[in-house]
Amino acid sequence: MIRFTNVSKRYPGGFEALSNINFHMEKGVMAFLTGHSGAGKSTLLKLVALIEYATRGQVFVDGENVTRLGKRRIPYIRRKIGFIFQEHHLLFDRTVFDNVALPLIIAGYRHQEIGRRVRAALDKLGLLSKERLYPITLSGGEQQRVGIARAVVNKPMLLLADEPTGNLDPELSREIMSLFSLFNDVGVSVLIASHDIPLIETLDYPVLSLDQGRLTHSAAGAA
Amino acid sequence: MNRLRKNRRQSQHHWQDILRRRLSPRTFLQRHAQVAFDSLGRLYRNWVASSMTAAVIAIALAMPSGLYLLLGNLERLSGSWDGQASLSVFLQHGITDDKARALAAQVRTWSGVGSVQLITPAQALQEFGQQSGFADVLGVLEENPLPFVLIVLPAGDSIDPAAASALRERFSELPETALAQLDLQWVQRLAAIVDIAQRVILIISALLALAVMLVIGNTIRLEIQNRRDEILVTKLIGATNGFVRRPFLYGGIWYGVLGALLAWLVVEAGFWLLSEPVSRLAGLYHSDFSLETLPLQLLGVLLAGGTVLGLLGSWLAVGRHLAAIEPT
Repeated sequence: MIRFTNVSKRYPGGFEALSNINFHMEKGVMAFLTGHSGAGKSTLLKLVALIEYATRGQVFVDGENVTRLGKRRIPYIRRKIGFIFQEHHLLFDRTVFDNVALPLIIAGYRHQEIGRRVRAALDKLGLLSKERLYPITLSGGEQQRVGIARAVVNKPMLLLADEPTGNLDPELSREIMSLFSLFNDVGVSVLIASHDIPLIETLDYPVLSLDQGRLTHSAAGAA
Repeated sequence: MNRLRKNRRQSQHHWQDILRRRLSPRTFLQRHAQVAFDSLGRLYRNWVASSMTAAVIAIALAMPSGLYLLLGNLERLSGSWDGQASLSVFLQHGITDDKARALAAQVRTWSGVGSVQLITPAQALQEFGQQSGFADVLGVLEENPLPFVLIVLPAGDSIDPAAASALRERFSELPETALAQLDLQWVQRLAAIVDIAQRVILIISALLALAVMLVIGNTIRLEIQNRRDEILVTKLIGATNGFVRRPFLYGGIWYGVLGALLAWLVVEAGFWLLSEPVSRLAGLYHSDFSLETLPLQLLGVLLAGGTVLGLLGSWLAVGRHLAAIEPT
């Protein structure tokens, strides 16, 4: 699903965020990406999401070399990926339903189809009763779940999550992680960047560890 | 070579992507209608700011269209005046009264001739005496030196210098004619003045059209800045530039359309206010002239212009500013 070969990323100014990263995450795998802040977790996710480009090496997403992808192609690659952010990036001027519907509208689904899929996603995340509310009226955990609903509504092949539990208490964090496991069970590849080591250790998934831009440890399954 | 192949492969992918989007024509129209409706709703929610922008656009559109209509009316007025290019035909000396009258009756039947007025030497002398104040001096003359004159007005009310010239040729070929003189001067002057007025209005129109574009462009630019987060999020979840652009382009079109509607009201109201005094003035000249505004044509032209300017203005803003907003 994701393959990095000899990938380095140097930001303008000379800071090397990633150096010589090699890994291959198979289809259908769920894995964690750990490391303290500044270790390069976000940069790695940004390379997959085509927000940043590798300075050296090659990045493959779903078998396609995206290292030097033309600008026009980017949106179509991104539609294969569901993103979940720490600060969830919901649009506060529209309802929960409209937030979740956004990826489907972008992808050009028919009106009836959108309603069906959005309700299915909201139902799965226990938010069906909140579809008409505005995100500002929801709790932090609920907002994060709306973000997840938006990420999965398009049935992506790959979920990328950047510190999805960063602002949540342990109880909610565990709940969110079990949601990710659920999606993984139906075949979605999931890559979660998190520094919540205690939580990760309770879960039995491969872990990629970054330290100062280098991959120090990659457990089985994500080798 | 490699690069070329890569480009071709990528553009192939691009089309595959587009085809894969399963956009039926109906869905396509549905989406456009929805975006258009949403953009209008956005204007409505900020109706104070939107109506001020629309008012500025309306004033800028009303000015040139109002002036242009006034000029059209002026041309119509000058056309309907009986002061067309008149032709003065001075007849040979020694032509008798009967012969002159017979000639006048004859040329009256010519095509292209509107009316013919015969001025006898006696009339001419009297008129000249009155106007010049030389009546006493003229009284000394033994014999009236003035010839018969035919004042010929071309048919029709249009100012057509070429037709008037042709008529002059025809009169000068008559054996009775000493001199056929066409007084084109004032026609040419009026044409020149109308020409200048048209140029001035053209310049004003161009400048104000530019102003409309800039106003709309700037409004859209502010809106892009206000909706920066939304643009980032939609780009991040796979929106194409076209998708991000669309609501702003529709917003620009709506500003243009609303401005055009308001401009139409302004022009119609202005002409309505003018119509009464103009009719009174025309009445003093024994004319039934009244102002014409051609409301439907005006509305059509304003709407078309407003739409195009709105689209261009927002395109300017969108082109410059959307590309700069990329997720980081």
